[in-house]
Amino acid sequence: MSDYQPVIGLEIHVELKTSSKMFCQCLTNYFGKEPNTQVCPVCLGFPGTLPVPNKKAIDWTILIGKALNCKINNFSKFDRKHYFYPDLPKGYQISQYDQPIAKNGQLYLLIKNSKSKYQKEGSKLKITKKKFRIRRVHLEEDTGKLIHLKNETLVDFNRSGVPLVEIVTEPDFDNSDDVKIFLEELQVIIRYLGVSDADMEKGTMRMEPNISIISQKSKVKSQNLPDYKVEVKNINSFRFVKQAIDYEIKRQVEILKKGKQPIQETRGFDEKKGVTYSQRTKEEAYDYRYFPEPDIPPLVFNKDYVDSIKLVELPSQKIERYISQFKIRFDDAFILTRDKKVAEYFETIISKIKYQISKLSIKNQNYQQIIANFIINKKISTQLSVDEFINKLIENLKPKEMDKKLLSEAIDKVLKNNPKPIEDYKKGKINAIMFLVGQVMKEIEGKAEAKIVREEIERKI
Amino acid sequence: MFLGQSLVSIVDLINKKKIDGKEVVKYFLKRIEKYNSKLKAYLTVNKSYKTNKSDKLVPIAVKDNFCTKGIRTTASSKLLENFIPPYESTVTKRLIDADSFILGKTNMDAWAHGSSTETSDFGSTKNPWDLTRSPGGSSGGSAAVVSSYLAPAAIGSETAGSIRQPAAWSGVIGLKPTYGRVSRYGLIAMGSSLDCPGPLTLTTEDAAFILQIIAGHDKFDATTVYKKIPNYVFKIKEKKKFVIGVTDEYLEGVDEEIKEAFYQLIKILKKLGHEIKKIKLLPPKYAISVYTIIQRAEVSSNLARYDGIRYANNRTFFGSEAKRRIMLGTYVLSYGYYDAYYKKAQKVRTLIIEDFKKVFKEVDMILAPTTPITALKLGEFEKYPFFGEMMDVLNEPAAIAGLCAINFPFGLTKKNNLPIGLQLIGRWFEEENILNLTSQIEKETDFLGVIEKGLKNYPD
Repeated sequence: MSDYQPVIGLEIHVELKTSSKMFCQCLTNYFGKEPNTQVCPVCLGFPGTLPVPNKKAIDWTILIGKALNCKINNFSKFDRKHYFYPDLPKGYQISQYDQPIAKNGQLYLLIKNSKSKYQKEGSKLKITKKKFRIRRVHLEEDTGKLIHLKNETLVDFNRSGVPLVEIVTEPDFDNSDDVKIFLEELQVIIRYLGVSDADMEKGTMRMEPNISIISQKSKVKSQNLPDYKVEVKNINSFRFVKQAIDYEIKRQVEILKKGKQPIQETRGFDEKKGVTYSQRTKEEAYDYRYFPEPDIPPLVFNKDYVDSIKLVELPSQKIERYISQFKIRFDDAFILTRDKKVAEYFETIISKIKYQISKLSIKNQNYQQIIANFIINKKISTQLSVDEFINKLIENLKPKEMDKKLLSEAIDKVLKNNPKPIEDYKKGKINAIMFLVGQVMKEIEGKAEAKIVREEIERKI
Repeated sequence: MFLGQSLVSIVDLINKKKIDGKEVVKYFLKRIEKYNSKLKAYLTVNKSYKTNKSDKLVPIAVKDNFCTKGIRTTASSKLLENFIPPYESTVTKRLIDADSFILGKTNMDAWAHGSSTETSDFGSTKNPWDLTRSPGGSSGGSAAVVSSYLAPAAIGSETAGSIRQPAAWSGVIGLKPTYGRVSRYGLIAMGSSLDCPGPLTLTTEDAAFILQIIAGHDKFDATTVYKKIPNYVFKIKEKKKFVIGVTDEYLEGVDEEIKEAFYQLIKILKKLGHEIKKIKLLPPKYAISVYTIIQRAEVSSNLARYDGIRYANNRTFFGSEAKRRIMLGTYVLSYGYYDAYYKKAQKVRTLIIEDFKKVFKEVDMILAPTTPITALKLGEFEKYPFFGEMMDVLNEPAAIAGLCAINFPFGLTKKNNLPIGLQLIGRWFEEENILNLTSQIEKETDFLGVIEKGLKNYPD
């Protein structure tokens, strides 16, 4: 494979959850609604109707742009993109062509350099950042939806005109794992911003990878991009994105190995077979005849305006803060920050518990890590109110008083059944005792402190 | 008796309860009955006045490219032959809210593509002054109904000349407001960056009165501006003196009798104490190419929605002029040609705007003929490709720049007794000034009796 270097770029569409549509006042929550009930003359493209842009959708696009470290253009505009399709009522989509709202950004993915799961509490972990560049973020309107029946096709325009943000990356990916991590991170960010549900299944987040292969054997300089690319459409889960990319890489490498060149085309993804199939080739590519949308004046954003659109703390920033401030493990910080609600829940507990810390029977242990563990392992339900959670936590951490007789019996049982670790321990393998402690804890269902159990075992051996 | 009453005076009579609104409507319906089959100015006549809730009914005619809720709206195309809009355009909504009653929908060039009403799929309108001639276009039906008093006033729309040119040929007043002054919502789009609704009337005061009603920001049209609207009716009565620019560039190829009228008016304006100043402007011919490219591009895009899926007939119902425009517009926007045509046209458009800005530092407004010739015979148009562009050559620069302008009649030709139209082009959002000077001319000259003479041909 090293002779063949995959080059992958992504186009991601995210439907914004503003209450009204992009250019009219119809509601956007079309999911599960009866077809063509959330429509008006504007989103049906009736004669004489005009688009009036949704300010919130514009602000939210700026917000996404900021979250992706983009430059926000102080001059932007809408353009008409023409093509004919029955689900496109005006014969053109109002989109953005050469002056997107945001451009030239980047997203850093935090990647752990050690795979050890036995990271000691509080120890410093090196996390590397991998950078993926964002080419542009622009705003457009969604189309209607075709419903194919046996002998006819129906159109539902409820989705027509719902604000849609398109995020385009540079072709910075060379494997499907990074793509998957990137998309998952992007989804979390979008949800943090509260601008979209970014739900792949419901179609509020959609993605199209562009895949091509640089062949090192050919004498093309490796920094040059291949002069073709294959776009894959109709993918509705992260898992399938990975599958589709892996399939494409294999398919294209095989073509290249035969000394041929893959053709530029758009392919669909068949999730049942896990393969891609040709949909449209370059010869059939559209000429969209872009021109500036005359019905909408250009958008001008001054610095004060852009500054007034405030970002929240993003998941990657939270991870870094949790590690440095709360001294919790990277893995746990990562898990806690996947859902903003959980992260906020965690932080509220931490801030509230400060006043009750004396009630917790923990000695020299990092209470933040303990709370993190309780949340992650679902030992206490996060459905409870923060106060209820804290009460349960205090209860859980009470010193465990164990019937000494029962403990002694349990230890005897374990020692009897495990002669080998005892032997190991006696030979100097100190760690072997941890196995025995674990077995005893299992036997007594964790109703004693590990420290005490260990002391008891040591005494008995 | 009633013949020739201005809209303002009808409103006054109705408000003072000296006359019943329904009687006024009946009066006009009777006249329409009598003359419309000859003039073919209305496509649809609205007789629903009996069921109207208000009895304050001020009749007005509306060009058939304004969507009127429940009243068939065709844009004179068979494609929309049976189209009944589910919503009301902002212009007609504002009129109805101000007690107007829509008498009917007037004929036009199909999709407003033309300057004669001859591209209408329902046959052309006849010029009330000479039934063998065109009333001009595209708002030809609106001009004809006002000129023949089948309505006291009418609404038209202009992309480049479509209000002023038919007003000139039919001998009435036609005001094209500044782009962005009046909402386009519900106006079936032709050239979106140019389209502008405006009134056609018998008096300057009526034009001011209607503009007062329809002007102003509209939340359904993002290109309308939040500018304060002056009291136009009051403003036209002020005694103001203006600096008026004139240029030879707008006289090239203009009919001798029209030129004579132009010079005659200059003398009168000087006498009234206005200053006449010679100015230099870019020759209007540059505007033709710019206008043609931009308008065709926008047309090709705006007509893309007529697929027959959601409403109306499908695209096979487009006439040949619409097809020609779609083809040319598609061409100038296609990949590889965009820069050479559309982008370049927009650059020249900016130059034309800059040219006007410069001139408007020296003068308050520009006086020019509205058309190079008076009304042509029906059928003449087919001989000239780009006929509309040639007839509208003196209207296009102001349209391209989005300026306001007004046509008013100024005498009849000796050779064939046809109305001559002159125009005033004003600064952006200064409709009150061109209306004011038109009103002064009206008071001083009564437009040389054109309107009165026109009405005499159409007795009750």
